[in-house]
Amino acid sequence: MAEIVIHNLRKEFGSFTAVQSSSFRIEDGEFFMLLGPSGCGKTTTLRMIAGLELPTSGEIFIDGEEVGRKPASQRDIAFVFQMFALYPHMNVRRNISYPLASQGMPRAQIREKVAEVSRILGIEGILDRPVGGLSGGDRQRVALGRAIVRNPKCFLMDEPLGALDAEFRERMAEELRALHDRMGATTVYVTHDQLEAMQMGDKIVVMNHGVIDQFGVPRDIYDKPATLFVAGFIGSPAMNLLRFRGRLGIGDRQVTLHHQQIAVPAMRVAFEGEMVLGVRPENVRLSDDAPYRARVLASEYLGTTQIVTLQTEDGQIKARVTAQQVARMDETVGLTFNPGTITLFDAQSGRALRSELNEGVLQHG
Amino acid sequence: MSSFSVTEPSRRLKWIAGLLVVGYALVTLMPLMWIIATGFKSSSDSIAYPPKVVFEPTLEGYVNLFTVQNRASPEQLAANPPETWYEQIVHDKGMMISGPSRFGERFMNSVIIGFGSTFLSVFLGTLAAYGFSRYRVPLKDDLLFFILSTRMMPPIAVAIPIFLMFRATGLSDTHAGMILLYTAVNLSLAVWLLKGFIDEIPREYEEAALIDGYTRFQAFYKVVLPQAATGIASTAIFCLIFAWNEYAFAVLLTSGTAQTAPPFIPTIIGSSGRDWPAVSAGATLFLLPVIVFTILLRKHLLRGITFGAVRK
Repeated sequence: MAEIVIHNLRKEFGSFTAVQSSSFRIEDGEFFMLLGPSGCGKTTTLRMIAGLELPTSGEIFIDGEEVGRKPASQRDIAFVFQMFALYPHMNVRRNISYPLASQGMPRAQIREKVAEVSRILGIEGILDRPVGGLSGGDRQRVALGRAIVRNPKCFLMDEPLGALDAEFRERMAEELRALHDRMGATTVYVTHDQLEAMQMGDKIVVMNHGVIDQFGVPRDIYDKPATLFVAGFIGSPAMNLLRFRGRLGIGDRQVTLHHQQIAVPAMRVAFEGEMVLGVRPENVRLSDDAPYRARVLASEYLGTTQIVTLQTEDGQIKARVTAQQVARMDETVGLTFNPGTITLFDAQSGRALRSELNEGVLQHG
Repeated sequence: MSSFSVTEPSRRLKWIAGLLVVGYALVTLMPLMWIIATGFKSSSDSIAYPPKVVFEPTLEGYVNLFTVQNRASPEQLAANPPETWYEQIVHDKGMMISGPSRFGERFMNSVIIGFGSTFLSVFLGTLAAYGFSRYRVPLKDDLLFFILSTRMMPPIAVAIPIFLMFRATGLSDTHAGMILLYTAVNLSLAVWLLKGFIDEIPREYEEAALIDGYTRFQAFYKVVLPQAATGIASTAIFCLIFAWNEYAFAVLLTSGTAQTAPPFIPTIIGSSGRDWPAVSAGATLFLLPVIVFTILLRKHLLRGITFGAVRK
């Protein structure tokens, strides 16, 4: 059980900066997601917490103790690799008992521990099999077994579901979350799959190009993105982003898009210039009498809902509406946006402009 | 009923392929068989014309190989009746054994120098290859190129400087000198081969061991080495074959104490006439260790040849 604090952590590989001054705090027992596209520095951050990379500068505290320069073997953490990294020359039992053997634990006690862990994971039947012939799911369970057998302070997982088939992935995601809830240990989990992050995480850090774009609970990250990158990365389909020029004063509650007034949450800052209006597809409504007009380009039927793609004067937009709603191709319809959910961004910097909606989130973001 | 498959060749093709393989094996094995057979021939059978394929086997060649003999007068022969089977063989020729030959000694020199240099090459090669594979070594590419460049000319091209160096340092005709030389020649091959093998072992295995509470050396020893066994075995075979068969340096740098079998075997020809059976017996015995070593490690060797060809 541990609290992990990352302070101004930075990592350079030669002239390339993989992680730029990251700071965040992972509470005890949290299931914490490091989310971002490949090459964003999330895995490097995780490896620094594990002790597999030394930070260029900055501190890592596990339970209040600075461990940034300590070797991995002394940090009392467990790591689950994407490729599982089970020792290929050992059978399942030896793989799971290997971390205990390093502590010099007596054999009888090791046997007991391995039996207990394999019961939790449901792998008692394969203990004496070599790891080579195991299915992806079983390998994953063995890798988890090797991680939990030692009761480490925290679990670090690097895309542990990435190597699994789609059908296994969902089941393992549930098993992982259930396991975490049962053990209550702090878990740091790296993924590039935003759905996985939303589904499993208590908290998410979104990284891009080595920088933390946003840090918060999944709901805040989804509803109140702090940057254009987060808005585009999270959600499927992504947030609609409409570029426009305009001027805003503090307290303003509407913007003008193509001569039409659109209601937005009350602004907390003034701004003038290029802006981007962000609205989630499910907050777009099709209504015949709305003045903001768009032409239907396509419709994807998804069972309970459908995604309608429309062309507006300010760019393409996707709306998630009920499957019953009729949307004919090339028909011109009116659009309304749920005003409380709109985020405005500075098009230049990509940062969200503070408003009634997101001020709480942006302050600690 | 008949099934057609794209990958499976027809019966006829398999037969032809089989015949070709057997034919090729015969061609390559024939000299070897001839040497082994000659070792068991009598002197006269070994030079008979037309050559004898069927002959009465005798161990004369082997006895000649291991002993030094003198011609004896009939009285001497009568006074010393043969007590053992090999004395009997010598006795029948009108000769007496005056002592053991140097072959055993020379053969042991080959064993010590061959296996010693192989062990040293593989040991140092594994450590160097691991370092090059896993750490950020300054000037890594230049160093690796430099190591490889030692293989770019035939080693014998530097025979004269090495001869002078050995004479100046007192390494001439010593076991240590020969082990050092063969290690130096083999090490570049060992580093390059083993680096290839270690590069193929995912780092995650070691990292998992580090996190499981092991030190870097323990991770290397307990996780990387077993994974690299294939590469180590095939590298060892290549090193041993070179060191075992090396002739030119052995002739140049050894004459007595540290002389290996390759320069010794031809001297048999001169010492007691053209004794082809003894030469063949020496060659046969000389082949054995490498054959045994290769058979013991052949599983690894085969894997070694195809290792890395398929991305897993």
